[in-house]
Amino acid sequence: MCGVCGCGEGHSHSHDHGHSHDHHHHDHDHEHGAAHAHAPGLSRLRMVQIEQDILAKNNRYAAENRRYFGERGMLALNLVSSPGSGKTTLLTETIARLQGDIEIAVIEGDQQTARDAERIRATGVQAVQINTGKGCHLDAHRVGHALASLQPSDHSLLFIENVGNLVCPSSFDLGEAHKVVILSVTEGEDKPIKYPDMFHAADLMILNKTDLLPYLDFDSEQCIQYAKQVNPRIKVLSLSAKTGEGMDNWLRWLKAELELQHIAYA
Amino acid sequence: MHEMSLCESVLQILEQQAEAQQYRKVKTVWLEIGALAGVEIEALRFSFDIVVQGSLADQARLEIIEVPGQAWCLPCGRNVAVQQLYDQCPHCGSHQLQVNGGDQMRIKELEVE
Repeated sequence: MCGVCGCGEGHSHSHDHGHSHDHHHHDHDHEHGAAHAHAPGLSRLRMVQIEQDILAKNNRYAAENRRYFGERGMLALNLVSSPGSGKTTLLTETIARLQGDIEIAVIEGDQQTARDAERIRATGVQAVQINTGKGCHLDAHRVGHALASLQPSDHSLLFIENVGNLVCPSSFDLGEAHKVVILSVTEGEDKPIKYPDMFHAADLMILNKTDLLPYLDFDSEQCIQYAKQVNPRIKVLSLSAKTGEGMDNWLRWLKAELELQHIAYA
Repeated sequence: MHEMSLCESVLQILEQQAEAQQYRKVKTVWLEIGALAGVEIEALRFSFDIVVQGSLADQARLEIIEVPGQAWCLPCGRNVAVQQLYDQCPHCGSHQLQVNGGDQMRIKELEVE
């Protein structure tokens, strides 16, 4: 409580921050006038320390999803890219090669339509479509709901195909083991430095549509170098989902990562 | 990026806290936004005013506390200031930087009644 007028503890807080913001400590004395001065119980301004992460709610749901995946020994991957990078084709080709070997489930995020989920279901794999409507990304809460309706098997591989957007999904943890960013060679090699948040957040980058390289000026080396500038830890795979070139490395990576989820740590 | 949904998250937190902290109106919101958080401050201000309309924070003032980016440089073995995620170390030019500050987005405090 303020010892001067009893109007809450609004006065000393501003001095603790070590930064300056232009707020006015005693403004409210004037705004509220005499009625405020010493009458307890009337409306009065005070400061409340919140110290809450803006994404805390999403992060709580993400932790819940991560626990869910952990308990079931599942590998969950969050696939992010711009629209048209070939995510869904990569998925259908991946599923075709792994089916029978590994249980797979897919969560599809798009602003509208169920077209992608239908493409996935055509492969015989379970898929749930989330339409984000106005939203530009999937959040952990909606993924949690999708899990409830998918009921994926233990030790399965879950692909979460995020909304095609190289910006927003980077900040929203869905509880995945890894973000995998897919970049097609038709997009320009400077995407990693133009959209650094996403490439910074991803553990693996897939350079897709390499079959088109002979027809383009795309500089793969430069592109990979840009990605490593933004994220020195990022690993890169080059492939063409269409011709199958490089797919074996991707499948090997998936199997190895899935195997890692089976380890029971103390 | 998604400044509108960030503002919606802020509003949700304000509404949740209203009961616990016993306030009915929010007059000022202080947000701590790191330089590397990927938040466009102007877009955030624009969205905030729209999102809080008709809520307990209607016409609230938004104060942004900008936090500079910081990263640990592996070759130098010390913290260095960075402006952007893909900056190189200002001392040795290396890209082996681990961001360890300035990527936060937090509600710091509120002025309420």
